[in-house]
This record gives sequence, C-alpha cells and structure tokens, in this order.
Amino acid sequence: MTNVKEKGPEVTLMPPIDTGKGLKTQEMVINMGPQHPSTHGVLRMELTLNGEIVTKAIPHIGYLHRCFEKHSEEMNDYAKVIPYVDRMDYVAAMNNELGYAIAMERLMDIQVNDRVEYIRVIMSELQRIASHLLAIGTFGLDIGAFTPFLYCFIEREKILDIFEKASGARLLYNYIWIGGLMNDVPADFKSDTAEFVKTFRPKIKELNDLLSMNKIFIDRTANVGVLPEKVAINYGVSGPSLRGSGVHWDLRRDDPYSIYDRFEFDVIVGKGEMGTLGDCWDRYIVRVWEMEESLKIIEQALDQMSDEGDVHEAVPKKIRPPAGEIYCRTETPRGELGYYIISDKSTSPFRVKARAPSFVNLSVLPAISIGAMVADMVAIIGSIDIVLGEVDR
Amino acid sequence: MKTTEELHQILSGQFGEEACELKADEKVAPWIIVKPDLIRDIAKYLRDEKGLRFDSLMCLSGVHYQKENELGVTYHLYSTTEKHKLTLKVIMPEDDAHLPTVEQIWKTADWHEREAYDMFGIRFDGHPDLRRILCPDDWEGYPLRKDYQVQEFYRGMKVEY
Repeated sequence: MTNVKEKGPEVTLMPPIDTGKGLKTQEMVINMGPQHPSTHGVLRMELTLNGEIVTKAIPHIGYLHRCFEKHSEEMNDYAKVIPYVDRMDYVAAMNNELGYAIAMERLMDIQVNDRVEYIRVIMSELQRIASHLLAIGTFGLDIGAFTPFLYCFIEREKILDIFEKASGARLLYNYIWIGGLMNDVPADFKSDTAEFVKTFRPKIKELNDLLSMNKIFIDRTANVGVLPEKVAINYGVSGPSLRGSGVHWDLRRDDPYSIYDRFEFDVIVGKGEMGTLGDCWDRYIVRVWEMEESLKIIEQALDQMSDEGDVHEAVPKKIRPPAGEIYCRTETPRGELGYYIISDKSTSPFRVKARAPSFVNLSVLPAISIGAMVADMVAIIGSIDIVLGEVDR
Repeated sequence: MKTTEELHQILSGQFGEEACELKADEKVAPWIIVKPDLIRDIAKYLRDEKGLRFDSLMCLSGVHYQKENELGVTYHLYSTTEKHKLTLKVIMPEDDAHLPTVEQIWKTADWHEREAYDMFGIRFDGHPDLRRILCPDDWEGYPLRKDYQVQEFYRGMKVEY
C-alpha cells in the first residue's frame, strides 16, 4: 500500500555499445556539485550523460537545511521569527520580512500607517534591484563573462549602503517588523534613494550593451532550457522564471498587497526575441527590465511619501494573535513567497510554513534539462536564479 | 470567481454531503475538510471542471495536531483564469497517516509531498518517488512533529550539542 523509498532511485544505464575496433561507449553518471561554483550554494545534481548530452537530471537538496519551521515554533515569540526569515533568501531579506509582516498583520487585523507602507515598498523594490543585479551578475559569471559581474556589484553596493544607513546591516536587516519598522529612515534617505535612481537608470543600458546583447552570451542562452507556459504553471513556477515563459503574472498587480495598487508599472514578460519563448535569455532579460519597473515604482513612491507618521505606531507590545490561520503570498525577486501561519492564541506560532519560490522553481529543473549539454546545465541553473538558503530553509 | 461556500455546494453535489465539510466559523478564510480517500478525485475535478479550473497548487503543508492525535495536510489552491482561491484540508489519524497523492495533477505537489513525508511522516500513496528531501535518507523520526525527539547519534556523530 505504501510506497516509501528509503534510498534514491536506482539509475539504470543502457548497456555498452560496441563502436568497432574494440572501443565501447556507455552512459555515465556524474555528480555536479555540491561544491560546484555554478550551483550558487550547495546543490548536487546527479546527471546521467550520453556523451555530452544530459539524459536525466536529479537534484539533491537539503545541504543547508536549518529547520526554519521548527525554530519558529520554538521561538515563543512571533517577532523573533523575523531574523530567521531573513536567512531564508539571504540576498532578498527585505522581501522576506515584508511577506511575513504582512501575513501577521492580516492575521491580527492591524493597519499600519501610510509612511510605513511607502518605506516598505521603497525598501523592497530597492532589494529587488539588488537581488536582480546579483542574479544577472552571477549568471554572466557562470557563463564566462566576468566583467559585468563587477559592474553589477558596484551598483548593488550603493543599495546596500542605503540599507545600512537605515537598519545598520548590509545583508540581514531585521528591519520590517510586525506592525511597523525597526526605526525610522535617516533624514537623507529620500535624497540618497533619488540619487541612486538617477544614477542607476543609465547603467541598465550599459549592462544591456555589455552583456544582454553580447553575441557569445546570446549563443549560450538562446534556445537553451526552454520552459513552456503550461509546464511552468503546472509545476507552480513563479516570478521572473514564469514571466520569462510569457505568462503575464505578477502578484504585485494580480493579488495586490501593501499599497502596490497605487503605482503604475508594467509586468515584464519574455517574448522569445532571441530564440524560443521561455529560454534562458528570456528569463534573464525579464530580470533586466524589471529593474527599470522597480525604479518607476520607487520614483512614484518617493513622490507620494509623506514625512508624517510614526513607524512604531502599530507595533504591538506582546504579539498574541487570535486563533486562526492564514496563507499570505507576496512577490519576492524569485517569485511567490507564501507564509502559512497557524495561530492557537498563544505567544508562539503553532505552525509556520514557508512556500519558498526557489524550492518550487528548482523542482522544474529535471523537466527542462533533458537533452541539454553539460555546459548548458550551468546556464539553466543560473537562469532559474535559485538561492539555496531558501530551497533548504 | 466563486466563494468557498459556493465551491462547497458544488463539491457536495458532486461527491456527496459526507465527503466534504465546510468550516466557516473561524475569523480568517474558511476551508473545506475533505475525506482522505477522495482527495485525488476531488483535486482532479477541481482542476478540470469548467468554471472551477484550479490550475495552480500554491502550497501544500503538513500539520501535526498533537492534542487530537491527528496529522493533517492543507492544500491552498488558486485558479489563474477564474481568480478564485480555495483551502482544502485532509485530517488523518496519527498512526495511519496516508492519502492518495496529487502529484499527477499538480507537479508542484511532487516536492511538497516529499517534504511533508520527510517532516511529518505522512505517506502519499501513488507518489512516484517518495523519499526524504531535506533530511538525509537514513535520518530517524519526523522533525516537525510536536513530540519529536532528536536522535542521539547520526552515523557516529553526536547530534545534540
């Protein structure tokens, strides 16, 4: 009745084929990772190869598993979960905090004031740009373009400086709290952000000239790892990886949270400009143009934001939500991050489940890598943009 | 766009009153409790029926209700075309927790079901590759159960520090 397997699936190789003159050829199983530079962390791929062609790919994850969900239950305080949330997707910590804070606020029926909402939106859009810059830079690096990576990191550094001024940390902020923020932004926050927006916009064009339209880069990424629309939806792929397949889907527009309904922005989708719709290049270019959209949102938010309002106004002293449960999802740079939180009226959560976008996006990898070359595997993994801290939680 | 109440009416019309039970007394979104044996048929119906079209499984989570000695699985569904949401729950006794897989209906469930098996020991009948995903293959116990005791040694290494 039950069908539990204690071990991984047995790999059956095709029998050796005699090619004449005493030479034989046979399929081969190799491990890619867990310490491979292109796996962006510790991911192990078990590849079955026929010559250079991948005939089967099995991802093995869990090397970074830190029991986030168990920790949350043992914390005895809802607010103490936030630092753990940071450490899931450690290059987009603001977005993780925002998702958790919104889920808790909906559960407890708290309204935060407008100033908090605007600061949150600006922070999470800056974080989206920082995260996309990292994704783009390392994607180029994987494929052999070293220089764009450095250009991306110069810009990312400016965003981290803004975050550091506000929260004191460069990577894991613990800044967005349930019902408010850790502290107000510094006095020059608005001018810093406006300055960044102004200087960053021309850099997108520079990046396009340097990497996106590079002949070698296009040859390596176009028509590689094609993810069709139907497959993407069925696997639950989300974020830029889904939009790269031409699906108009963005939670900021389709299931609005916070104050995203007040801003004008476009949902960027792949168009198959360089090859087949849904290939690695499409997924890549969606990230590039999304940075432009984030800049638009930041500009509008800076215009509309007021200087009135206390960021601690709605922060509860002791968090004790009513019994109940909620599933709340937000759009992070990697896709749909959902929190399923069950409260039993005590001070510690009964259950916190994080539906991590990278976890779901990675599960599509075996489906799109069959028939690819070994070197293309690097491009495919890079184009999905996974963060292993979030995959393994 | 349909509410959970309307969806419950449709489901109880199709599968009978006793197959699904509506829970709407809670403060936040209501949910439907479904019999374990029927989850696969109901899932297929929800995905394929015109006007329902739940083509995406947002999240699948295991839950351990220790007081009641029960294990549960929660399904959060969404329809990208009809734009409605639905929460389904399956509740099973702790000592015999198994239910049909929905992996063939939504591929998202593949890894999520493996995670639920890894963390709670819920068995999904018919899953093609049901083994641990986050913990090592030879790990003992199910970590997210409320009564979980961590093993003392793992391959000769002390686990608690």
